[in-house]
Amino acid sequence: MREAAATMRHEFIGLYGMLERNWYLIKRYAWWEVAFFFWTAANTLTIVFIAKGVVAEGGTVNLDRLTTILLIGAVIWSYLGIVFELLIETVAWERWEGTIEYTFMAPLTRAVHLLGTGLFAIGYGIVRASIVFAAIAAFFGLHMPNANFATAVVLLAVASISFVGIGMMTAVLPLISPEKGTQFGYVAQGLMLVVSGVYYPVSVLPEFMQWLAKISPATYALRGERSAILDGATIGSVWGDLWPMLLIGVISVPLGIWVFRRGELHAKRHGKLKRSG
Amino acid sequence: MFAVEVNNLRKEFFRRDATRTHMRRRRRRVAALEGVTFTMERGECVAILGQNGSGKSTLVRLLSTLLLPDGGSARIFGHDVVKESRPVQRLVNRVSVEASFFKKMSSEENLAYAARFYGIPPSVTKTAIPEILERVGFPAGRRHEPMENLSRGMQQKVALARALLTSPVLLLLDEPTTGLDPRSKLEVQDFIRDVWTSHDATILLCTHDLREAEVLADRVGILDRGRLIALDPAEVLKEQHDVETLEEAFFAATGRAFEEEEDEDAERGVFA
Repeated sequence: MREAAATMRHEFIGLYGMLERNWYLIKRYAWWEVAFFFWTAANTLTIVFIAKGVVAEGGTVNLDRLTTILLIGAVIWSYLGIVFELLIETVAWERWEGTIEYTFMAPLTRAVHLLGTGLFAIGYGIVRASIVFAAIAAFFGLHMPNANFATAVVLLAVASISFVGIGMMTAVLPLISPEKGTQFGYVAQGLMLVVSGVYYPVSVLPEFMQWLAKISPATYALRGERSAILDGATIGSVWGDLWPMLLIGVISVPLGIWVFRRGELHAKRHGKLKRSG
Repeated sequence: MFAVEVNNLRKEFFRRDATRTHMRRRRRRVAALEGVTFTMERGECVAILGQNGSGKSTLVRLLSTLLLPDGGSARIFGHDVVKESRPVQRLVNRVSVEASFFKKMSSEENLAYAARFYGIPPSVTKTAIPEILERVGFPAGRRHEPMENLSRGMQQKVALARALLTSPVLLLLDEPTTGLDPRSKLEVQDFIRDVWTSHDATILLCTHDLREAEVLADRVGILDRGRLIALDPAEVLKEQHDVETLEEAFFAATGRAFEEEEDEDAERGVFA
């Protein structure tokens, strides 16, 4: 019992260590973070302006509604980008600095290692996505009188579990290919969003892509967020989107840890932890 | 119980040749360690001498759970490095030739998060980090500076502090003084001696500095092309080959001079 408590304490301190390290890095690269924030904001603007473009081209749409639909898509894209990026950097950045061997030889379970990064990614991602959302909404003077932000936050938190699980699987890529693994993580992010109705309803997609949309957590996150912000949906009314995300999360997190562990064993067998090895 | 018990340890890597046969590059088997066997007593300091590519770093990586062996076994204080990696990781720390850190972070930040991975809470590191940095001769006032502002010697002192902060029972030193200026080299060597005598630590020192091996270690091993061909006190090695210096003993044992490194490294293509 005492030994189990000591192990638990050890793992919690390790988890705190992961959060602490990521916080130090964000702090030390603060100006780069500001630059990336402006890049995200600019990227989001280019998407959201499409709504105005449709009207300018003679389209008859509810401008506020279409603008908000696009804004939600762009913000979820950037949020997912942050979560995936931080998880992929679990390996990529550490290989670059050469610290990876010290992390992998520490008595820290891989689950705690990855969950620590995932937790930080969720916290940091939510803060950054919220600021982008508020800034762009203010820029366009969007009115969201029915919005239920509490439901929106709960949806994002639940979606994050499965995003982290899938992110763990992509984090293994730089172990297999130090040069191209990171970029492939962005490919995974793009593929997930393209089938999830990021800027359009899933119903416009070909049938095989609609089938893929069913197993993508982003589909439910996007649909749920739009219901919550545009129509003021309550948690009860988005349960149809929440339970599939919970199910995918329950499967994807252990699967992500398992895949990463396989990658780690492959790297240890073939001497790939050290860059020149 | 031995501190380190290595039995017929083998590790090989596969490297792709640059030349292609039938559109495919040929895979070449390179043996990094071939049946290495030795033991170390608790509190002993053993130096392993070898040229670049001789398998020194592979040995250190296998003992620190960073590589999986292809055969044989290695036990640290009775724990198998493959089957019981977690207990091994709690007992071992390592200082390598590259002082790897997050360069934008300060020495204090780098040490703090690394200590957490070993279960050391902030309440302990708050006082332990300045103390340990002082012990390794690192100026306390510079502990908030980014690592990138520090000299190579300073960074290596922080690397030693990182290893000692976790109170390892087995310290693996993989060329800790390579590339340091003479003064930093002496300071690091003095500190290793200090740790060895005051910490009850067992030390495995891999080096190609013959003097360092002779001065610091109880026994000196010669690792040649992945084979441990000798492991005895330096004086015994010299007597065995009837020579005056350790360099001559190395030459007599391997049949090659210590300087013949580059070709060896390129040919074997294993960890330095």
